[in-house]
Amino acid sequence: MQFIVEGYPAYAYTGGRAFDPKLAPLVFIHGAAFDHSVWQWQSRYFAHHGYAVLAVDLPGHGRSPGAVRATIEDWARWVAAFLEAAELEKVALVGHSMGSLIALETALAHGARLSKLVLVGTATPMPVGDAFMAAALERSPAALDMEAVWGHSRNAQLLQSPVPGTTLLGASRSLNERSTPGALHAALQACNTYRPSMQALRALRVPTLVLAGRRDQMTQFKAGKALAAEIPGAKLVALDAGHSMMSEAPRQTLDALKEFLGG
Amino acid sequence: MAHSGPKTPHPDTLAVHAGQSPDPATGSRAVPIYQTASYVFPDTDTAAALFNMETPGHVYSRLSNPTVAVFEERIASLEDGVGAIATASGQAALHLAIVTLMGRGGHIVASSSLYGGSHNLLAYTLPRFGIETTFVASRDMAAWRRAIRPDTRLLFAETVGNPSVDVLDVPSVSELARENAIPLLVDATVSTPSLGRSLHQGADLVMHSATKFLSGHGVVIGGVLVDGGRFDWLASGKFPTLTQPYEGFHGMVFAEESTASAFLLRARREGLRDFGACMAPMTAFQILQGLETLPLRMARHIGNTSKVVAFLAAQKEVARVHHPDLAAHPDHALAKKLYPAGCSAILAFELVGGRDAGRRFIEALTLFSHLANIGDAKSLVIHPASTTHFRMDDAALAAAGITPGTVRLSIGLEHPDDLIEDLARGLRASQRN
Repeated sequence: MQFIVEGYPAYAYTGGRAFDPKLAPLVFIHGAAFDHSVWQWQSRYFAHHGYAVLAVDLPGHGRSPGAVRATIEDWARWVAAFLEAAELEKVALVGHSMGSLIALETALAHGARLSKLVLVGTATPMPVGDAFMAAALERSPAALDMEAVWGHSRNAQLLQSPVPGTTLLGASRSLNERSTPGALHAALQACNTYRPSMQALRALRVPTLVLAGRRDQMTQFKAGKALAAEIPGAKLVALDAGHSMMSEAPRQTLDALKEFLGG
Repeated sequence: MAHSGPKTPHPDTLAVHAGQSPDPATGSRAVPIYQTASYVFPDTDTAAALFNMETPGHVYSRLSNPTVAVFEERIASLEDGVGAIATASGQAALHLAIVTLMGRGGHIVASSSLYGGSHNLLAYTLPRFGIETTFVASRDMAAWRRAIRPDTRLLFAETVGNPSVDVLDVPSVSELARENAIPLLVDATVSTPSLGRSLHQGADLVMHSATKFLSGHGVVIGGVLVDGGRFDWLASGKFPTLTQPYEGFHGMVFAEESTASAFLLRARREGLRDFGACMAPMTAFQILQGLETLPLRMARHIGNTSKVVAFLAAQKEVARVHHPDLAAHPDHALAKKLYPAGCSAILAFELVGGRDAGRRFIEALTLFSHLANIGDAKSLVIHPASTTHFRMDDAALAAAGITPGTVRLSIGLEHPDDLIEDLARGLRASQRN
């Protein structure tokens, strides 16, 4: 469905069911140069199990027009504006990769709006190597390979996919190729420079789950674990998966979300 | 500045490993044959979630099967697509692609140089269901352009047509497809991903008769349809089957559900579910036995073919040889560009003496098998005008580059000297009265 956020249409997938504002709101935020469909399985499940699901396309991604934002703080302001436009309060916010930083910053800056926070494939800082940054700037196909290969377990090209008949890396490349020119580089830049206030992190009172993949090559498991240790009461769940655990381990990701969110 | 991406497995490695983790249930290293029609649900909530696509997994082997999925994922990796659907035959793969994209009122532009079975489907059968096809000479770009109409929903051709081995200019035809916001489907049965990846050349969808080179052994019938995942169905606006709610699946909008895999989703959730032309697990297992050695076999097929082409081109009994190895072939340069390692183990030639010479030639061969197939480990021979293409009238035959004296060879894996000796015997016999 569409909302108007800061003057632009903003699309959000409702999980294959009409959005019902009376239900508990659950918002999913995708990562760099992706779209709502990375949450295909999880969003559809929760929409059919008592939640009002909105898996957003960030501006300049998927079906949402508008400019990509330069910093995680800018993205978080957009998310707050989105929640305002959708008239949502006490939202459970789930973010992946860059989306996890946006969700975290939303919690730090607009915490009153959130009921729960889930950070999937996360790290602070989230450093991005020079080679990746340079390839993304020039929109080289190598950048898409880096995002796809490092965004999954090692040798994921050889593994059997949990979704019969699909390749794990194919969807990653397909979505990245569709993204707005410059979106990947802007996102990597935003991730690379984001530094949340450690003081604010330690004062965070939103119940938090960190989902970390033991085989994550993009945001290493130990980084997710370290972030979980900084957030008071945060729960850490380790999955036997790489960075894209929603597609590499969809059932285990869903189980962890169900356990934490209830559903 | 050149950027080098991370190292990824080579096609030879993908052919052996892609799509199969050691079996989680048993540790089996070989691909297990999951010979089952259905799968036990652990609980009612999971059952409901599986049916409603809230969680991935297997429900019924018409929709998906673990052994078949290994084949699908392996060929999708070899082609570098987002996924694949295995079908009962190559014909079923072509049918599945078409009916997923269009219904009554749809129009296809196809190369006139097609396998006879594909030509039958497009020219005679689909019009009965309201889907029309305009055939064009595959090398005539102006004809492709002229034939596209507002209701055109698909361009279709073989990457390497047989029997006259015309090579499709995939980059140019795909550019035309892009200009018109319609996809290009190629049948890559002859070229295989081992000789060229059609998706990298610009095709949107790729199909194969897996009966041929992918298997290599000629013991099964099977097909497969691969989606490159790059076509923008939403931006095109011409594919309501993918962008509008489908009442047959709770109003699902496939392009919304999965941006990258909308086509495969509908093809599986509607096409396999309702038309039911799925692949059997044993068939997938047998194709996988062949697929493991695809790169090795294709190199040998191509090496043998080059020797046979050179031999035939030098014989007085042969009026003409059709193969891009020869500088006189109209696609010689294109084939070198698109398929640098060689493009076809199929070739055709015209005997001096026409139809009677053809009959004597085929009957004198002892190593080549006279049958209607290509892409076997064994070398094969056929006379298209009286077999594979017999439904075509003379004009359609001529458009496909076939004369009454055309003989088609599919070169196998035997020693090339033995093949040449057999052909020499046949050529001598062809000229005896």
